[in-house]
Amino acid sequence: MNIVVCVKYVPDATADRQFESDNTVDRVGVDGLLSELDEYAVEQALQLREKREGEDIEITALCVGPEKAVDAIRKALQMGADKGVHVVDDAIAGSDSVATSLVLAKAREKIGAEKKVDLVMTGMASTDASMSVIPAMLAERLELPQVTFASVVESQGEVFRVRRDGDTATEIVEGRLPMVLSVTDQTGEARYPSFKGIMAAKKKPLETWALSDIGVEADQVGLSASWTAVEGTEARPPRTQGEIVTDEDGSGATALVDFLASKKFI
Amino acid sequence: MSGLLSADLPEEYLELARTVRAFATEVVAPVAHHHDQTHTFPYDVVAQMGEMGLFGLPFPEEYGGMGGDYLALCVALEELGRVDQSVAITLEAGVSLGAMPVYRFGTEEQKQRWLPDLTAGRALGAFGLTEPGAGTDAGGTRTTAVRDGDEWVINGSKQFITNSGTDITRLITVTAVTSELDGKRRISSILVPADTPGVLVEPAYDKVGWNASDTHPLTFTDVRVPVENLLGEEGRGYANFLRILDEGRIAIAALAVGAAQGCVDESVRYAGEREAFGRPIGANQAVAFRIARMEARAHTARLAYLDAARLLLAGKPFKKQAAIAKLVASEAAMDNARDATQVFGGYGFMNEFTVARHYRDSKILEVGEGTTEVQLMLLARELGLPG
Ligand SMILES: Cc1cc2nc3c(=O)[nH]c(=O)nc-3n(C[C@H](O)[C@H](O)[C@H](O)COP(=O)(O)OP(=O)(O)OC[C@H]3O[C@@H](n4cnc5c(N)ncnc54)[C@H](O)[C@@H]3O)c2cc1C
Ligand SMILES: Cc1cc2nc3c(=O)[nH]c(=O)nc-3n(C[C@H](O)[C@H](O)[C@H](O)COP(=O)(O)OP(=O)(O)OC[C@H]3O[C@@H](n4cnc5c(N)ncnc54)[C@H](O)[C@@H]3O)c2cc1C
Repeated sequence: MNIVVCVKYVPDATADRQFESDNTVDRVGVDGLLSELDEYAVEQALQLREKREGEDIEITALCVGPEKAVDAIRKALQMGADKGVHVVDDAIAGSDSVATSLVLAKAREKIGAEKKVDLVMTGMASTDASMSVIPAMLAERLELPQVTFASVVESQGEVFRVRRDGDTATEIVEGRLPMVLSVTDQTGEARYPSFKGIMAAKKKPLETWALSDIGVEADQVGLSASWTAVEGTEARPPRTQGEIVTDEDGSGATALVDFLASKKFI
Repeated sequence: MSGLLSADLPEEYLELARTVRAFATEVVAPVAHHHDQTHTFPYDVVAQMGEMGLFGLPFPEEYGGMGGDYLALCVALEELGRVDQSVAITLEAGVSLGAMPVYRFGTEEQKQRWLPDLTAGRALGAFGLTEPGAGTDAGGTRTTAVRDGDEWVINGSKQFITNSGTDITRLITVTAVTSELDGKRRISSILVPADTPGVLVEPAYDKVGWNASDTHPLTFTDVRVPVENLLGEEGRGYANFLRILDEGRIAIAALAVGAAQGCVDESVRYAGEREAFGRPIGANQAVAFRIARMEARAHTARLAYLDAARLLLAGKPFKKQAAIAKLVASEAAMDNARDATQVFGGYGFMNEFTVARHYRDSKILEVGEGTTEVQLMLLARELGLPG
């Protein structure tokens, strides 16, 4: 089985995050790391290989991002992925999810041209933009079925059975390879790389592709080709003190309802 | 980037340091206070350390190890020691006292039998050297092992033995007097499976610190093990454990540097946050200089253990450098813990603060695996001083 896991390089949430003058996220000037939510996808791919012992399962970590984003791939390789593919090109900077999904899809096609890809795995969302749309867009572009937000993944042969825990119901969904699968943070903690993994990662194949390598034109991506534009950013205001309704004369309930109505909750 | 992460080390060691730091921060630190207060052994944490391969760091892959070296072990110990000395000493003792003697002096058969479980952290080994009447003066060992046919019969007692009573303790290597040719007492090391009849693990000590590390007195009453369980040559036990202790000093020094660095990092943070007289306490030179001095201690002690570890890896003499590293690193930990608790004021006296735990934990660093006086004796001897 050939698995491609999409791993995003995101600014470290514990560090100071900055925006560039064009309102894009500063991805070069800050410390970054493999998106924590994508660690779950890598972990599930590794567990799949461990569970299906004896099968030939290859795991490729795919990342679209600036030069430093190679750290995200390296982490995936240290954890146990076999290969890395890094798509890096100045023209990609500022791409929105539509453009990013194009680059990912084209890269996945190039990987597939060498060896058929059975499964594309992603995290449930990135930890920075967290739009959670890339998996669906990828499935659409690759014309594959999608099973998203899996909290439990089971598989037998070509058939994957996953549990999706929604707010109101839990669904069991089945899909057949080839497909796109996104997994949540409920799938189980990701492993820490071992020293053996760290040493081995240094020798694993890691390819760097430019847009021209995957047949994407510079004007199909980047800030100008993006469907969405960030108009402005503002730091979240500090939490203000809540409003306290005291019920002294029996009007408490009315005050509560008025408050909820004013906020359009009811 | 603080501490070890800014040291001049090959990239893979720095990656290991970053990985262990993340593990220490995310997994070890949140439960450290709980295990310290309840005096419980953190089985979950230790199991995860096993999965990460920390117990296999300096061993080759054929025995289940990570194919790393002693320096890699030191790197992991420093990062663990930074947040929790109990967890760090569990690893240190498990590797350098539990598994290392088997690796260094064992037969192929002994290695095959014991190392895979020990290097995976599925099992722990303990090393029983100290006795009620034989600590620094280990030559005073009274435990005996008498040959009876195909077996050794062991009698005696050991004291302060780390990792000797956990649910996963499988092996206790004991030193015992095996013969008295020419009236000379010869000490040998013998591998004793922990479940051998006659091995009594007595209740754990009530310690000042290292509360989440497992320490017991042991009594051996007619404990019988096969003659093949002799570890190394008969009569070489003393010389062999001296080699083990020389190496172990570098590891203990790394752990101590971690503690010293942890005190620095906690103090820097606190001195920037805590305000008195309308400004952060760190704005007072008296506080800032205290912390600057702590950093200098941690840094120089790190250089000392890195130097000793590099000599060891290069196959060069390292006895003196290891003694210096153990001496200065344990003192740096103790001094920094005292200073850090001062920076924390009253909070520094509250057990839930990491610096308070370091204050209690660091004292034993000046005693275990060779007291400060022992290091000075070794140094004096290396310098050729009379005596
Ligand atoms: C406020 C804001 C600012 C932005 N600033 C920038 C910017 O400065 N520069 C810029 O390039 N884009 C920027 N974007 C776009 C954003 O980074 C893209 O939307 C992103 O590449 C994909 O969307 P997402 O992160 O929400 O992915 P999601 O749909 O949340 O991600 C789901 C999964 O898709 C996979 N995935 C997503 N992105 C990648 C990737 N790049 N490589 C590999 N796998 C991936 C991961 O597995 C991830 O778990 C910004 C978006 C917003 C909302
Ligand atoms: C928590 C803990 C864990 C331990 N784990 C282990 C373990 O796993 N395995 C093991 O075998 N042991 C272990 N020990 C024992 C430890 O190594 C000894 O406590 C240590 O070596 C000192 O021995 P002692 O306690 O008998 O002190 P003593 O030898 O009685 O020393 C008392 C004091 O006298 C000083 N002194 C002694 N002789 C001289 C001299 N000639 N010149 C100058 N000063 C001298 C010493 O430096 C010390 O200050 C552990 C101890 C503790 C507390």
